[in-house]
Amino acid sequence: MSAHTYGGDMIWNERMECMHPEDMKNIQLERLKYIVGYVHCNCHMYKKKLEAAGVVPEDIKDIQDIKKLPLSSKDDMRQSYPFHLFSAPLKEIAEIHVSSGTTGNPTVVGYTKQDLKLWGEVMARALCCAGAKPGDMIQNAYGYGLFTGGLGIHYGAQEMGLTILPCSSGQTKRQLKLMMDFKPRILSCTPSYAMYMAEEARDLGISPKESSWEIGVFGAEPWSELMRKEIESTWNILATDVYGLSEIIGPGVAQECSYKKGLHVFWDVFYPEVLDVKTGKDVKEGETGELVITTLTKQGIPLLRYRTRDIVGIKYEKCKCGRTTPRITKIQGRTDDMIIVRGINVFPSQIEHVLLGVEGVKPHYQLVVERKAGGLDDLEILVEVEPEIFSDEMKHLKSLEEKIRKEIESILGVIVKVKLVEPKTLERSEGKAKRVIDKRTV
Amino acid sequence: MKLVQISVFLENKKGRLYDVCALFGKNNINIRALTVAESEEFGILRVVVDKPEAAQKILKAKGFVSNFTDIIAVEVPDQPGGLAGILSVLNENNINVEYMYGFVEKFSEKALLVFRFEDYRKALAVLKKNKMSIVGNKEASCL
Repeated sequence: MSAHTYGGDMIWNERMECMHPEDMKNIQLERLKYIVGYVHCNCHMYKKKLEAAGVVPEDIKDIQDIKKLPLSSKDDMRQSYPFHLFSAPLKEIAEIHVSSGTTGNPTVVGYTKQDLKLWGEVMARALCCAGAKPGDMIQNAYGYGLFTGGLGIHYGAQEMGLTILPCSSGQTKRQLKLMMDFKPRILSCTPSYAMYMAEEARDLGISPKESSWEIGVFGAEPWSELMRKEIESTWNILATDVYGLSEIIGPGVAQECSYKKGLHVFWDVFYPEVLDVKTGKDVKEGETGELVITTLTKQGIPLLRYRTRDIVGIKYEKCKCGRTTPRITKIQGRTDDMIIVRGINVFPSQIEHVLLGVEGVKPHYQLVVERKAGGLDDLEILVEVEPEIFSDEMKHLKSLEEKIRKEIESILGVIVKVKLVEPKTLERSEGKAKRVIDKRTV
Repeated sequence: MKLVQISVFLENKKGRLYDVCALFGKNNINIRALTVAESEEFGILRVVVDKPEAAQKILKAKGFVSNFTDIIAVEVPDQPGGLAGILSVLNENNINVEYMYGFVEKFSEKALLVFRFEDYRKALAVLKKNKMSIVGNKEASCL
């Protein structure tokens, strides 16, 4: 536990964050009615989806009627590439973000000006929830660009009146120098990058414990309580978890307060359900299931009952911090085979795609993810050597390894190791190859 | 005239080389020459045996990836400058040697070296023209 006090943290939108759940239901219902009508009217794909489910907007009379709506998924995103799931016309889209998809096509999301304001609002709530105060300086070391991490935090920090250091990720030496010289109070980045920076700091003769950071807003990848303890003791910092996904808005969907007893979901705008994957029904409080979110107020690309694929638990009791918003647990796992490495979504199918494109290579492969002592994730791709690609010459095998590595890195945007292995050595269960070995303890 | 080498892909794991050698031993296949090229993660075992076809069949059955490579075995005078003599001929004729290694046993009073050339045919022609003593499969298997 860090030495800083948590009492008296500010609540950015007290009305929405502390509203009595019964009153909240009314707001959610009004918004749900509106958004169902809105997508029915403005998005051809959703209109068809609703028709197929036999639902008309007038069917929504109670918040529980949300159960009548069809679920949406990553497949809908993929099939609608690039803009067919947008409800707003492209000329009203102010910003577009792109994240990696399961195969060729990435996931595209569009924000209207109003959506960007919403993003700023929820991220401002999140930063306050973590303990930021207007006037604090934040070092934002999430990547800026098509990835939602950097700009999402940026908009929230701007909205709540923080002084922003838009560092983006990387250039660690410079990050550390700015931290030492400017003394920002808040750090936002992936948890693994926070660990990595500690290593660099020690190499530079900086004692991490003496950093100016008091609060960390960490997310974009799964991390354990163990890692939290390590980050907190290493940096002498309060390490909080921020949750989000680009399909919903990016960071700012949910955030831990200083009590660190679950992530507060901003449910006046992102309506959460936690569903049993087998039955599709709500799980009991305390049990885990797939987090499904409906965006109640978004305009650019509103989503109804979007399956996040993240496994969480949810509880609805009021938090000691005063917020009445439901809290989800840290991510317990995924319902698909996606893994997150250094904040980047990686799907085994992407690797398969690359391997199939290299002549003679068969897609017999396995992904091995390990978290190194420093906290940084390593992704190793094992590829079985088939007779078609085998050569008696070392240089040919080495250049093949290199080729595969480069292609995968260019597609994933993350550094990987490629290792050639003997055929039929990769673990197969029930005839089906096991694609991912995740050795991280999350 | 040509000699066949079997190349086998091996992971850098304990006992893999032994596995191959034991397999050959059990099946009465004799190793005449051998070398291993290695990287950090894997190795390529290059081996000349008395029964290459049978050897490859057995390897395949046991799940090893292997292939045949045409190589040339040349007798080299076992004296100072012996190898240099051959290499100078190759050099003058612009023949590239990919790699080379020695036989386990001697064939005669001369040493026996295995060459893997970039261009097998060209190398063979040059060696013959220069009257180098080349050892073929038949002779090698009688060793």
